[in-house]
Amino acid sequence: MTGPATIFDRPNRYIGQPTPRADAARLLAGRGRFVDDIQLPRMVHAAFHRSPHAHARIVSVDVTAARAASGVLGVWTGAEMAALVTPYVGVLTHMAGLRSAPQHPLAVDVARWQGEPLVMIVARSRAEAEDAAELVEVDYEELPPACDATTALAKDAAVIHADFGSNLAWERKVDVGDIDAAFAQPGVQIVEREFRFGRHTGVTLESRGTVCEFDPSEGCLTMHYSGQAPHMMQVILSRLMSLPEENVRVISNDVGGSFGIKIHTYGDELAAAVAARALGRPVKFVADRMESFLTDIHARDHVVKARMGVTASGTIVGIDMHDLTGIGPFSMYPRTSAIECNQVLNLTGAPYTMQHYRAHGQVVFQNKNLMCQYRAVGHPIAMAVADGLLEDAARVIGMDPVELRRRNLMADDSYPRSSTAGMKLDDLSHQAALKKLCEIMDYDGLRAEQARLREQGIFRGIGFVSMVEVTNPSPMFYGIGGAPIASQDGATVRLDAGGALHVSSSITEQGQGTNGILAQIAAGVFGVDIDRVKVTTGDTGTVPYGGGTWASRGAGIGGEAMLLAAQALKEQVLDVAAVMLQSEPGLLDIRGGAVVDAATGAERMGLADLARTVYYRGNELPSDLKPELIATRHYRVTDFPFVFTNGAMAAHVEVDPETGFVKVLHFWAVEDCGRVINPMLVDEQVRGGVVQGIGGALYEECLYSDDGQLLNATMADYMVPMAAEMPEITVAHIETPTKTSFLGAKGAGEAGTGGAPAAILNAVNDALQPMGATIWQMPMTPERILKVLGKV
Amino acid sequence: MKAADFDYLRPSSLAEALTCLSQNVGVAQPLAGGQSLMPMMNFRVATPEVLIDLADIPDLRGVTELDGMLRIGAMTTYRDLTRITDRVPLLGLALPHIAHDAIRNRGTIGGSVALADPAAEMPALLLALGGVIELAGPDGQREVAADDFFQGYYATDRAEDELIVAIRLAVAKPGDSFGFYELTQRHGDYALAGVAIAHAPDLRIAFFGISDRPIRLPELEAALTAGTDPGPALDQIEFEGDLKASAATRRHYARVVLDRALAGMTS
Repeated sequence: MTGPATIFDRPNRYIGQPTPRADAARLLAGRGRFVDDIQLPRMVHAAFHRSPHAHARIVSVDVTAARAASGVLGVWTGAEMAALVTPYVGVLTHMAGLRSAPQHPLAVDVARWQGEPLVMIVARSRAEAEDAAELVEVDYEELPPACDATTALAKDAAVIHADFGSNLAWERKVDVGDIDAAFAQPGVQIVEREFRFGRHTGVTLESRGTVCEFDPSEGCLTMHYSGQAPHMMQVILSRLMSLPEENVRVISNDVGGSFGIKIHTYGDELAAAVAARALGRPVKFVADRMESFLTDIHARDHVVKARMGVTASGTIVGIDMHDLTGIGPFSMYPRTSAIECNQVLNLTGAPYTMQHYRAHGQVVFQNKNLMCQYRAVGHPIAMAVADGLLEDAARVIGMDPVELRRRNLMADDSYPRSSTAGMKLDDLSHQAALKKLCEIMDYDGLRAEQARLREQGIFRGIGFVSMVEVTNPSPMFYGIGGAPIASQDGATVRLDAGGALHVSSSITEQGQGTNGILAQIAAGVFGVDIDRVKVTTGDTGTVPYGGGTWASRGAGIGGEAMLLAAQALKEQVLDVAAVMLQSEPGLLDIRGGAVVDAATGAERMGLADLARTVYYRGNELPSDLKPELIATRHYRVTDFPFVFTNGAMAAHVEVDPETGFVKVLHFWAVEDCGRVINPMLVDEQVRGGVVQGIGGALYEECLYSDDGQLLNATMADYMVPMAAEMPEITVAHIETPTKTSFLGAKGAGEAGTGGAPAAILNAVNDALQPMGATIWQMPMTPERILKVLGKV
Repeated sequence: MKAADFDYLRPSSLAEALTCLSQNVGVAQPLAGGQSLMPMMNFRVATPEVLIDLADIPDLRGVTELDGMLRIGAMTTYRDLTRITDRVPLLGLALPHIAHDAIRNRGTIGGSVALADPAAEMPALLLALGGVIELAGPDGQREVAADDFFQGYYATDRAEDELIVAIRLAVAKPGDSFGFYELTQRHGDYALAGVAIAHAPDLRIAFFGISDRPIRLPELEAALTAGTDPGPALDQIEFEGDLKASAATRRHYARVVLDRALAGMTS
């Protein structure tokens, strides 16, 4: 820690406390202000005709009947919309070789996935818009689709973008050491597996949506946006709609979950903004659940062939892998769909000291919905591959998987250092986390119980993962590649006349408690009770400029900016107080909403008295005193591309060999996210992440037919884990603050999702071991388990 | 996801409801609890021009007991059925598997029987208990044994101008025993496979979630009564596969649920 210890150990100390978030009661009382709650005068509603085919030429579009339908105010075809919006291409310059084709809000000549919007209808009500959408007549000429990523590069595959000559979007190779020579060394045993990770999606409680309004008198567009990056959207709307950036305001009020789903450019949302400008009336588009399944970005969709070499004494020699990722017909704008594969290559094996690493990633186009960054981008693949192979190798050499990890995890005193793939690492605690994990789960006791129960025909398994998580990204993540995405964030702290703080920040709240931790930091660092802090986030019209909340960056970057701003304001206030009290700033402090004598704590002046004097009766102050009761500070991560966190997790499962059902009995997570600002929020972040990881491991998959029809686009058929399926999830922490900031906080938002699938995969394979079976495909559905058991 | 336009009728007597129905044959849809129909309408899979809400019809409500039989009004909700589980223990075994509280508060026995979802619990329960379905139509009332009522995917013996009025089930007698087992990956989902068994005193076994309708096999019941292998009888079933389980997996599951239900028989 380089920060002054007093920040974390003083009166009004909120950092580190399980402080309830101020907005929880409001949300529970049903007073949330989500996009669909917005009702504006003269507001109208959008619905879309969407392609029923995965790949089809649009021969003709007839909207005559739709235009004439009751209540319809506007209809736009793809070509009409394309004339109003600059095309966009999802590439970044630092992802060398990545290619994608220009996208339009609505398909123009060719539809490339089932669900792609073709025609927009705006009507007085959503029901009328849907009625009119049914009247749109499109003459499609079906084209052969390329749906299966594994055959998308075959010579006879349909090519989705003819100019490219193939469906390859991007590829990257990493080659460190000499893997062939290392694997050929005597005594090195090789385990080799093919992993399959199904497509799944984010399933936000609040679906994607927007209300857009355009004021022609000022030429200003306001987008009410359910999302995570208001300033990014502001730039995108400005560029694509040719509006001055300052004439675009993006407001994210309450957001009902996002998980990376709502951080991209969606044609239907853009079209709503265009329609609002054209009609001069507010336009609402809220995706229904079927539209969400068809068009919210999907995630994963990997086939990984991987080998690990290990010596009999338990040294992991290296990993050799090939990752194939299917991303749909375009790379998503503006973050691109190559980041996921890039992360897999960067992160596989990152906790371990292995010397050799070779990886080849290929990203391919296919006629399915777009794939892009969803919670824990690439992490579950990287962790499941490395730790799946590790536990496979442990079985081969007859070593306990915890012991094999101990022998290969980086030592806690070995940082700063690089991972085998070249990631800069610091302030990690893999060994301590694994040790603590084994203690809290009573590993030895569980193993004894497992052996006992196996004799009774009960098959339980224990599986682990040691993981890293990418958090607090620097400009090296997106900005370097030309994306209009801020990597720094700002915070403003203002002392109001009543002695309360009004703070604002460029990070966003989408349900995880961002506003709560901002209030904790401001209150604690400045010195007021937390109920005297009001927080504003999510409005480009009022908050400092910044990136928003994604990539587990909100607390680490936005929190640090808030800390710096609160410190700055405190200094400014004490300067004023010192003059008014004829004292020295260094002899004063702010505690409990009052300026106090630093040594004794005796109150000298209430903050309200100070502020009212400054604001109302400036005549009482010396004329050379120019008080500023507002401070703004910005913060970005320097010196490191990312601030890595680490964790160790374990799953305890029971497999029913007759049914193939897996019950997760207990899950443990030891997480090192640096300084914990609010343990209650962090624990629930980890738990929520674990639940989404359980979803990916056991339940969730977007199932497509061979010709690209999504077969389970309902909540009845697409299975998310529910409360009844949830195990007890025990969370514990190691706190190794990052040296990159005073606050010392790293991200915690994605660890559970990144690590849980690997731990559950390993636990299931541990349970299956006595039956001589293994499974390497997620989700591990009952039927897939019955198949590896030879039961069906 | 908004329903297509429809007219809404809310009759206050059975006679009035039947008139509404007969005047709109082919375009009308009776509405019971709406737990399946409303989502289907919102998906525009079902597009009735006229919706006839049965919520205000006293004749479709209430449970009466006479001569060892319970007569259960078609509009009785799952939640209200929990009050008679001491009279029909198999209901007590099946009800916890039906969806979630919110659905059980609205969903009705008549609606489930009329819809005849092959993976639903109620049709199989009627089959196992030898239940009787009372129907009313323009030509008066008739009754159909559960054995003859379910004819395929969402297909029943009910004519378009008829309404299900009540379900009749036998009250359990001392010595009767019952079994129930259902496989769902998540609590409350439609069954991957399930079975309802009544031993009262004849053995009646009804599978659900494995074929196009609830399935009862006399050969299977005979084999189990005689203590012989039930496997060959199971092979007669035309198993159906879907996204969650193939036909082969359902064949496997049928045996699993049968064995587990038999092992857990209670009186």
